[in-house]
Amino acid sequence: MTTTAPPARATRPRSTPQRRRQARQGWLYALPTTLFVALLFFAPLLLVFQMSASDWPLLSGNQGLNFPENYTDAVTNRFFMDSVWFTLLYTVLTTVILLALSLGLAMLVQESSRWKGFLRTSFLVPSALGLASASLLFYVLYSPFAGPFADLMQAWGFTFLGTPEGALWSTIFLIVWRFAGFYMLLMLVGLQGISEDVYEAARIDGASRFQIFRSITLPLLRPTLALTTVLCVTGSLLAFEQFYILTKGGPDNSTITVVQLIYNIAFQGQNDLGVAAALSVIVLAALVVVNIVQIRAFARKED
Amino acid sequence: MRLTHRRLRGIAGMFIAGAVVVGLGACAGSDDPGTSAAEAGPEGIDDGSTLTLWTRAPLEKQANLLVDAYNETHENQVELTVVPNDDYVAKVGAAAGSGGLPDLFAADIVYVPNWVEQGLFQDITDNIDGLDFKDEINKGHLSAGTYEGGEYVLPFVLDLSMLFWNKELFAEAGLDPDVAPANMEEYAEAAKAVQALDKPDTYGTATGLACGGCLVFTWFPSIWADGQEVLSDDGTESLLASDTAKSVYDTWRDLWESGAVLPSSQDEAGPTWTAAFTEGNVGLMFYPATLLSSTPFDAGVAGIPGPEGGASTFVGGDGIGISKDSDKAAQAWNFLNWMMSEEAQVGVLAANNDVVSRGDLAVNEYSEADERLVTINEVAAQGDTPVAINFQQAFNAPNSPWLTMVRNAVLEGTDTVDADNEEITAILSQ
Repeated sequence: MTTTAPPARATRPRSTPQRRRQARQGWLYALPTTLFVALLFFAPLLLVFQMSASDWPLLSGNQGLNFPENYTDAVTNRFFMDSVWFTLLYTVLTTVILLALSLGLAMLVQESSRWKGFLRTSFLVPSALGLASASLLFYVLYSPFAGPFADLMQAWGFTFLGTPEGALWSTIFLIVWRFAGFYMLLMLVGLQGISEDVYEAARIDGASRFQIFRSITLPLLRPTLALTTVLCVTGSLLAFEQFYILTKGGPDNSTITVVQLIYNIAFQGQNDLGVAAALSVIVLAALVVVNIVQIRAFARKED
Repeated sequence: MRLTHRRLRGIAGMFIAGAVVVGLGACAGSDDPGTSAAEAGPEGIDDGSTLTLWTRAPLEKQANLLVDAYNETHENQVELTVVPNDDYVAKVGAAAGSGGLPDLFAADIVYVPNWVEQGLFQDITDNIDGLDFKDEINKGHLSAGTYEGGEYVLPFVLDLSMLFWNKELFAEAGLDPDVAPANMEEYAEAAKAVQALDKPDTYGTATGLACGGCLVFTWFPSIWADGQEVLSDDGTESLLASDTAKSVYDTWRDLWESGAVLPSSQDEAGPTWTAAFTEGNVGLMFYPATLLSSTPFDAGVAGIPGPEGGASTFVGGDGIGISKDSDKAAQAWNFLNWMMSEEAQVGVLAANNDVVSRGDLAVNEYSEADERLVTINEVAAQGDTPVAINFQQAFNAPNSPWLTMVRNAVLEGTDTVDADNEEITAILSQ
């Protein structure tokens, strides 16, 4: 269309009525998404940045600029380092256990032909429960006063949530119970995407089960593993509900996650939205970095 | 208006858990400020308006009784919203930031000084001064709600911590069921005696060792009973490392080591801290007086003793005021005025075994029927309410230094009270 146009005008598209209509249509199509993203993502994000740079008590609103102080207050909070370490520890443990278990379950379900439907359903049922509801369920189960294991705990002289280690592992158990089915489903989809021909070829070549797993299943499952790892790491770094309901950061402040610290600073005592927002921005930045690193790592191996 | 919504959305987006829930409807049409409480006269206005009232879950029973009685006899109708205890500050905070507070709202009396200073309540000095029984209103609550000479808050429900004991278990353990332990030493002996019965699921005493609010409520009085203070007058310094205080912690350390404390007390963060006593499984306990009417067995009641004896109580509960966002102050005052009347105090609160907040009504037809109510009302006069701006962060928060101090002293037995106390002061003085 533009081949016959003089070179000077070729760089800029001619402004015909038809073109203008097309451009308008394009903008109209993009408008709903743009509005959605602008209102629900960029506006709150900008507000958090503004808050993080302002003196903003919960009860009296914006009191003007307080720029570097909010950030120094956030990182010098007496629970900051503890909560970062605890969140990292929790993330590593949860991710390793959850991914290993869900891969195992997926292979189990895939192998077994007779109980396939039953197994798949029973692993997936906990995923139908909201995380907060599941946490409440376990709060009662773990309760040394009202729970069904109360007598047992009394006889053996322990409580699930009474020691730092107990509280951590009890919470990890809840999360594994709640999410194993969901990750199993993702793994299952990945496993089903691997062609049966490859397995058959390997078997004809005399590969053992372990060799097949290591040299065929794992490499071909890489995209799925990347997806589940990113989901699991991000989810664990942002852990909140389970600890808020089960431990409230206790016993003795041993299970405070970063997001919980944000909540505490904002609503439980300090009531300072500015410092809480500063901490949120720091977490956001850390998450962006972590996810870039993860995606890069998985992508490079694939090349 | 649009800005308000966006700000709310921002908060919700920021706290990933989405913990903020706000009634957006409440910010509609605030052009007409309405009649102020003072202009409306001593009775306020009863013109059939709908008033909103928020309170927290522990006082649900009393709030329901008061609201139902008011709605039956008045044109105005109060709509009550009960919020879980842990979410209350967050809910009020979000509403305050967006101008969406209800007409009336109650606040834990230890938070009142801070909230008044932040301007969440309207000044109702003229109205309160107009009450001819003003001098009889509970002093602790009134002074907590006074800021720079202005009065903002009236007592909504008084909750006192008292020593309760299970008379049946006392008799079984060979203790006199009609005599209260006179000091902390006798308290510990009684707990150990009940424990020595060795009955299944029965313990000497119980408390909430992961619940800062519970510990403040039940342990401060032991220190006051000996004539000691817990905070400096301006509320910026903690005096909780005094010899009296240390003696209180030592008694509890001894009780914990001896196994006479309900084991789940160790991790009790608040929700079930009174349950074991209410079920009749605990010998004696520092317990909230608001639960007197829902304690099904024969319980004795006395003031909380200190190491050397004496008696005191924590005058807790909630204060109530008219919010800064209310445009129905005159109607809201009508509710408050009725709430302080003999009709409400005696006819509703005392009739349901609750504590009245006016000294001149302490002895009434209901208290004469139950001498425990007379005891509670008498001890109320010797009680105290601590006032500090950073109270929540220093004491009630789940990660408060006060909890660290108590847990170190009682559960771990470390000798760190002085160092831990400095942490409390550090936060109080911020």
